[in-house]
Amino acid sequence: MANMHQDTLHNDLSHDVIHHDADHHEEGHGHHKESFITKYIFSQDHKMISKQFLITGIVWSLIGVFFSVLFRFQLGWPDESFPLLEMFLGGWAKGGKLDPQFYYALVTMHGTIMVFFVLTAGLSGTFSNLLIPLQIGARDMAAPFLNMLSYWFFFTASVLLFISLFLQTGPAAGGWTVYPPLSALPQANIGSGTGMTLWLLSMAVFVVSSLLGSLNYIATILNMRTKGMTMMRMPLTMWAFFFTAILGVLSFPVLLSGALLLIFDRSLGTNFYLSDIYIAGQQFTNSAGELVQGGSPILFQHLFWFLGHPEVYIIILPAMGMVSEILAANCRKPIFGYSAMVLSILAITVLAFLVWAHHMFMSGMNPFVGSIFVLFTLLIAVPSAIKVFNWIGTMWRANINYTPATLFAVGFVSMFISGGLTGIFLGNSTLDIPLHDTYFVTAHFHIVMAMAGGFGMLAGIYHWFPKMWKGRQMNDTMGAIHFWVTFVGSYCIFWPMHYLGMTGVPRRYYTDEYFNTFNMYENLNVFISVSAIIVFAAQLLFVINFFYSAFKGKKMTTENPFNYNTLEWTTPIEPGHGNWEGAIPAVHRGPYEYYKDGHDFIPQTTPDSALK
Amino acid sequence: MNTTLLGLIIVLLVLIILFQISRAGELIGVLRGNNMTSQERNNKIHGMLFLIFMIVGLPLSFWATWYYKDWFLPPASSVHGAEIESMFFWTLVATVPVFVLTHIVLFVFSYIYSGSATKKSYYFPGSNKLEMIWTMIPAFVMILLVYQGISSWYRIMGDAPADAYIIEATAKQFAWDFRYSGLDNKLGNKQIKYISSENAFGQDWKDANNKDDFQADTLHLPLNKAVLVKINALDVLHNFYLPHFKVKMDAVPGIPTQFWFIPTKTTEQMRQDLNNPKFEYELACAELCGVSHFNMRRVVVVEEEAKFKKWLASQESLYKKQNVAAKESNTTPTTASQQTEENSSATTSKKVSLK
Repeated sequence: MANMHQDTLHNDLSHDVIHHDADHHEEGHGHHKESFITKYIFSQDHKMISKQFLITGIVWSLIGVFFSVLFRFQLGWPDESFPLLEMFLGGWAKGGKLDPQFYYALVTMHGTIMVFFVLTAGLSGTFSNLLIPLQIGARDMAAPFLNMLSYWFFFTASVLLFISLFLQTGPAAGGWTVYPPLSALPQANIGSGTGMTLWLLSMAVFVVSSLLGSLNYIATILNMRTKGMTMMRMPLTMWAFFFTAILGVLSFPVLLSGALLLIFDRSLGTNFYLSDIYIAGQQFTNSAGELVQGGSPILFQHLFWFLGHPEVYIIILPAMGMVSEILAANCRKPIFGYSAMVLSILAITVLAFLVWAHHMFMSGMNPFVGSIFVLFTLLIAVPSAIKVFNWIGTMWRANINYTPATLFAVGFVSMFISGGLTGIFLGNSTLDIPLHDTYFVTAHFHIVMAMAGGFGMLAGIYHWFPKMWKGRQMNDTMGAIHFWVTFVGSYCIFWPMHYLGMTGVPRRYYTDEYFNTFNMYENLNVFISVSAIIVFAAQLLFVINFFYSAFKGKKMTTENPFNYNTLEWTTPIEPGHGNWEGAIPAVHRGPYEYYKDGHDFIPQTTPDSALK
Repeated sequence: MNTTLLGLIIVLLVLIILFQISRAGELIGVLRGNNMTSQERNNKIHGMLFLIFMIVGLPLSFWATWYYKDWFLPPASSVHGAEIESMFFWTLVATVPVFVLTHIVLFVFSYIYSGSATKKSYYFPGSNKLEMIWTMIPAFVMILLVYQGISSWYRIMGDAPADAYIIEATAKQFAWDFRYSGLDNKLGNKQIKYISSENAFGQDWKDANNKDDFQADTLHLPLNKAVLVKINALDVLHNFYLPHFKVKMDAVPGIPTQFWFIPTKTTEQMRQDLNNPKFEYELACAELCGVSHFNMRRVVVVEEEAKFKKWLASQESLYKKQNVAAKESNTTPTTASQQTEENSSATTSKKVSLK
């Protein structure tokens, strides 16, 4: 009852806002137009902020993926020299061969950029911002100003990391997990100097951005749903973004604390992570000349993975939500088992906090602790399996319309199955003994997190592109080519890596030539590298399509040409700040009523009375 | 340089061609009016492509695995390795059918339910019965895998047999150093602060157990006898990784770790089995440790126990090698007393500063 009362009260309030907004809008039209700066740069409109996140994310993804192409050159053709590399990279590629130090810098930056700047900020930042107000029926975020800050903190983090790429000593090169002591001691690695400092600062600022965003998403979803939009009537995207934000709020601060302690160790002479070190020919001593003792490098791993593991769900949950929405809408069929889908997201969110130490089975941690993490890790396969079966159930007896978004959504399901199943190997500590830190791990997390997450993001871009760019659509043919090359190509890149991993080839090796156990995969490495280059080229096609369509794409002529149910398709073709011109529509039903009782589709705004 | 440039130009041209074709398709679509039939044809094509992807992809994935099976490591050369292989086999049994079946269903559905204007989808918002079934079955399978996994894990990670031979592996940038516990099978104490150019491990010479400890560049292991490796790192994280024995454990500065196992095949036997006279067991580093992480190889030799014992007896201890006894009589007493003095003065100064 209290809830209902609050809802109506809220609705009254928002009606006030509407009138105010409408008046203001008319008034503003003639006299003071929004300036370039308030509209495009320091914008508080969630749709503009989402575009800012997306464009920054696309730029970062091009850099991040390009880095992987560079180090795939080294891995595919370790003996060949590429003079072109020397031309652009100078001393980092003397004689056309990547310097090992630069190789590790590339590997580290590829991981950092893709995980944090592309698949966290670029994915969740873009679509949480775009879709939350549009799909729950709100004018904007709960706190538009904080939302704007969220982007600008992200931008600052980006600038800091970007600067580190141009340092003479190079960016951080200790792996994206930046385990100390390697990352703490400049004498252990030249990348652990200024490059590492910038990495840590960038990450600290990034955490601020993530928290501002997440708190906003939670507050908006809980408080600003339009009349009739009960929690169980929300599209699954909303549930996914909601739990993603909760994961972020609870886990990112732990990364911040881990990073801060590392900053202290590096700059203030503390030793949270350092103990008993003998490096570069001498004992590692404090300013009093005593041997530094008592810290624990394992502590950092706990702090890092307490974020690091939820982080992979921060990446995959939004992708799952968008795929659910896109599949249902284009299968013209309700999502199979809506409540089971919500409950499985909830289960994943809870379990996500109880599995972090499966990254540390081989760290020397107590085996009993390890066994607990085996249990929870394998249990998380259950809600994941439920989701897969529900997606497939959604496609059963459907009437599938293959837009590029649908293609990527189906591709997502395939990737998630393949990558999820290899997780059952790695989550089992016994099997982690041979597989830990081999290419099997690389293959697993790229398929289940990077590819699946990326496919979810691309599906979302194709699907909601008209809502971002004044009703313009992306080119379907280019989208289809982009999908098929990426889908087949991704399997060609990552499937063979399982074989390397089962042989035991360690990841993060500049070359395998020193080990007879590992060095027989030359041809396969060439195959992987060639596939990677082709897939990268296909992404360029996507970028061309994206920017061309943003300005010249085919324009929608009606608000909802694709007959979707959710609220964003009731906004004008070019929604202004505030989203709806008149009152915010009220909601009368769930989001997935396709082909119910003979109706092709029933938008959420349709009252029962209108159906008779 | 020219080939790279040529490659770049080709990629660029292909992109431009694809772009133009796609744009032409869109314009034709606009001219014709976007009727349902073109959408229907599009749906059919993609449904068919998914089906083809499955029909080609699934057998290809099996063929590739079969093709590369000889490249995988031979059966593990350790007792616990067999246990890991059994776990791997049962996990395959649990996952491969799921992989095949879900993909067949996914892509067959993609094909047969590709959309058209004449068809209607079937309104079916879910079934609690089905949800229960596909919750319970994976949960049950997972519990079985967890049970087997944890049982093996405890056996592998459990206490080493009391008679296990003790070897110490110390990692540094970028090499492994081995210290053998000598004939008494007891490693002497060591401390980082004792490390010097003459004392690479920082052995405490007052500990009698140190007197027969010796260093080796090759990791010698006895056949069919438990070996307990004490794993240390001097500078950054490393990982003691013996692929053929399925042994892997981080080396952590300040926190000693260990791994015990029983080698079951001599190097000689492996050479015969693999028909490769050059075969060597190898030790690698499996935790990113810096710029030469990929180059921390050591050779591992497994030999019959008698041979191993003979080798053991033939080694000269570090104590003797460094001629510690002679040096000790001259210098050690003073340095030792200085050391304690320093320590006590350090603690007092700390107390003072705390006040």
